[in-house]
Parts: sequence; structure tokens; C-alpha cells
Amino acid sequence: MTDLLVVRAALIVLFVLAGLFFTFVSMTGVIRLPDVYSRAHTASQADTLGAGFALAGVALTLGWQGAGFKTVILLFFLFVTNPTAAHAIARAALEEGIVPWTEGDERR
Amino acid sequence: MSVVDVTIAAGVTVGDFLLGSAAVLVLIAIGMFYRAIRGPTMQDRVLAVNVLGTNTVVILAMLGAALEEPTFLDIALVYALLNFLMAIAISKFTVERGGVL
Repeated sequence: MTDLLVVRAALIVLFVLAGLFFTFVSMTGVIRLPDVYSRAHTASQADTLGAGFALAGVALTLGWQGAGFKTVILLFFLFVTNPTAAHAIARAALEEGIVPWTEGDERR
Repeated sequence: MSVVDVTIAAGVTVGDFLLGSAAVLVLIAIGMFYRAIRGPTMQDRVLAVNVLGTNTVVILAMLGAALEEPTFLDIALVYALLNFLMAIAISKFTVERGGVL
């Protein structure tokens, strides 16, 4: 029984660390990348991989009960809606007439 | 004995680890504010605020797991819904009516 708990704790640490890593990568991208389209790409990466791994760790912590199911539903919701939101934002930027960055342009 | 009380290293339990990760996420969110404040176009700002909202949802879920208060998850779900609505509504209004801000 305790062995099972130790394996679960190790999995939780692994998942949460992966989530933190991807969220950090995405923060770097959101700050450093040159224009709104590339930022939309890296922002949705934080939302799917970063939040996905972190919430999987939280769901493992809460276990096989009501709150754990809620976390899985939250994970699925974020996984579906956040790329949709990033797509809508990038499309709004295109329809407003923002020109995509190409090599040699100055950073925005 | 729940999994939150399992010690992973030198007196640090899983609950402490989750609290520390929530603190790291708060620091990452502060870094994200740079783009929300500076962002040359409004879409940059909406994007940054969207990522900040997702971070907030994850922080709420972590706090709920670490402090063993499952009520936080309901708040996180509602926050995720509002966050998605905000992004869709603002990007739609900017195209059709020339902006809400």
C-alpha cells in the first residue's frame, strides 16, 4: 500500500515538473518571439502541454473521487478551448491587417 | 494516509511541493505581465491575459489539492469558462465593431 503511494507521489512530482517546464518555455516565448502569430503558437503550447501536465499531477493527487473527476474535466476543457481561443485571436489579428513577421523585419 | 502527506525528500511532502510549484507559477505569471503591459497590438495583450488566466486556473487547482479544499476546483472551472469567453468575445468584437477597449 505504501509502495503504491510512493509511486503515485513520484508520478505527481514528474507531471508537475513537466508542466512547470512547459509553462516556463512558453513564458520565454511570449516575451521573446517577434510577432503576435508566433506568440499565439507558443501561448497555446503553454495551455495544452503546461496546464495539461500540471493538472494531470493535481488529478493524481486528488485521486479517484469527485474532485479528481472535476480536475480531469477541467483538463479536457482547457485542452479543447485554449487552442480555439489562440486561433480566434490570431485570426482577429490577421483580419485587422497585422502583417506577419518575416526575417529581416524589426521585432515587434 | 493520503498522498499529500507522503514525504518525497528531506521533510518535503507532496503538499509542500504543490504549494512551491504554485509559487513558481505565480512568478511565471508575473513574467507574462510584461507582454500584457507592453504588447504593441491589442491581440498581444489578449493573448497574454489568456495565458495568465490559464496559469490562474492551474494555480487554483494546485492550491485546492495541496490545502485539501476541493471547492477551489469549482472556482477554477468557472474561471476557465470566463477566460475562454473573454478571449472569443474580444477577438470577435475587434473584427466586427472596431474594438471594445
